[in-house]
Amino acid sequence: MVQKSETPALSLPSNGQEINGQQNRYLRLLKLLLRSKTGTVGAVLVLIVILVAIFAPLLATHDPAELDPLLRLKPPMWMDGGSLDYLLGTDNLGRDIYSRILYGAQISLIVGIGAVLVSGAIGAVLGLISGYYGKWVDALIMRVADSFLAIPTILLMLVVLAVVGPGLMTLIFVIGITNWVTYARVVRGEVLSLKERDFVKAAKAVGSTNGRILFKHILPNVVSSFIIISGMNVATTIILEASLSFLGLGIKPPLVSWGGMLSDGRQYMATSWWVATFPGIAITVTVLGVIFLGDWLRDVLDPRMKAKG
Amino acid sequence: MGKYMMKSLLQMIPVLFFISLIVFILVRVTGDPVALMLPETATEDDRQVLTVALGLDKPLYTQYAIFITSAIQGDFGNSFHYGQSALPLVLERLPASFELAAAAMVLAIVIAVPLGIWSAVKRNTFADLLISGVSVIGKAMPNFWMGIMLILLFSVTLGYFPVSGRGGITHLVLPAVTLAVGLAAQMTRLIRSNMLEILNQDYIRTARSKGLIELIVVGKHAFRNGLIPVVTIMSLQFTSLIGGTLITETVFAWPGLGQLLVTSVNNHDMAIVQAAVFVIAIIVILGNLLTDLVYRFLDPRIKYN
Repeated sequence: MVQKSETPALSLPSNGQEINGQQNRYLRLLKLLLRSKTGTVGAVLVLIVILVAIFAPLLATHDPAELDPLLRLKPPMWMDGGSLDYLLGTDNLGRDIYSRILYGAQISLIVGIGAVLVSGAIGAVLGLISGYYGKWVDALIMRVADSFLAIPTILLMLVVLAVVGPGLMTLIFVIGITNWVTYARVVRGEVLSLKERDFVKAAKAVGSTNGRILFKHILPNVVSSFIIISGMNVATTIILEASLSFLGLGIKPPLVSWGGMLSDGRQYMATSWWVATFPGIAITVTVLGVIFLGDWLRDVLDPRMKAKG
Repeated sequence: MGKYMMKSLLQMIPVLFFISLIVFILVRVTGDPVALMLPETATEDDRQVLTVALGLDKPLYTQYAIFITSAIQGDFGNSFHYGQSALPLVLERLPASFELAAAAMVLAIVIAVPLGIWSAVKRNTFADLLISGVSVIGKAMPNFWMGIMLILLFSVTLGYFPVSGRGGITHLVLPAVTLAVGLAAQMTRLIRSNMLEILNQDYIRTARSKGLIELIVVGKHAFRNGLIPVVTIMSLQFTSLIGGTLITETVFAWPGLGQLLVTSVNNHDMAIVQAAVFVIAIIVILGNLLTDLVYRFLDPRIKYN
């Protein structure tokens, strides 16, 4: 039975049965996960991508940046002219596509998780402040949030990247800074109702400072919404990174991005379909895994949202 | 209603003000606008002349005042790449973008509405699972990749449609489908869950117990109310639609606003970037206002206040 705030599935066990409780908690979560088919598929896909990213140097057969003009546009191994040396063929510069896809997983995850942490931190703090203090602070933050909603995020990013120039850290911060609005709005909404609850009033009555109330009492109660939004955001961020790199404004070589690989392959579509096909499959499968896992997390953490899809 | 529209239009002002501030700060403060506006071959003298010509030797607040007064008059400066005033260049790209966006929206609705309803009515059957599965994949696929795959299959291999550019209806098919798939995927999911909620309501049970045929129950009673959230979704997707056109236009070399913007960003043609950002922001705000009005028209319970 999982229910929000009354009996949190993810609450910490009391000291007495620390170890046992801890084990039970993970076991319970695992059982819940296995009960959901899509959740299991999502978790497996995400796990594979994480492992691939971590062990890319071991799994790769070539250096992802190694060029070989003599081996340009070699087809995948199962086609005529393909070889076991280059499982998924080579691109227009003779680089091994299989190895590049493995390394691309690193960038996808770093940007996906990094940007979500940045936007989550900004959004959560602004949402907490906005909901807790109310009045003009709230009005100001929410107007700024509205303005952000009025501009398509990718547009804002294009402008920033045009000025600042592309790069890994830039990309993480740019995506992070433009995506905080959902967090702020949801956290604000929760704070509005939480601050009327007895435990917050009690904390106030015993003289806790505002900072302590916000971060010690209110923040832990918004964690599950935070995780739910993050699941969705990681998926969209991975697509955004690929899109920006595709447009030449994201990751720059020698770093490998799936979006950048796609953009390389575009010109060679007529003769070499594999260059643009495999990175796209990698993106789709990864995002699919994140969506499935995210949907499952949402169902577990907030059963009320289950029906809303 | 007139009063409501007036109020909404007035609310645009702070948002546009804020956007102007962002654009101003980005272009004038974080980067070196002179370097951004000049080609790489410019000399030191060119820089000096441009600095004075742009008023960059004046204090920041004066610069902003000048920027905003000329922006209100539609003057965003000249594009150094095209050597013309930026705003007309941006505006002349609008029809192409509208054509693409409208085609995609119509296509998405045509796909999503029947599929969404069908999978709600046939809940948990094979058809429902199939539709849900396909729409999740549609959501997970980056649309530029989808576009490339469509070109690969239908233009390169089968030769049915042109690879890129704008022309007759055949030119429109692939880019519109590319844009529509993502939209349709999201819409189908939302229509399904909304219809599920509605089909469980008392008035539907009443309609069924009166002996009405299922087609009328679903098509007339349930669908009317199912439409309301669809309009909300459409308004939410309006922004992502515009974001999507940026990339789709680039993939298909579609001569719209998005393609102009992406090229201008790559060329550091900031006059066009600024003008395009403003035009897009105004379109998004007006689009949201319009869907808001439709929403209120469909659901009279919502008051204009």
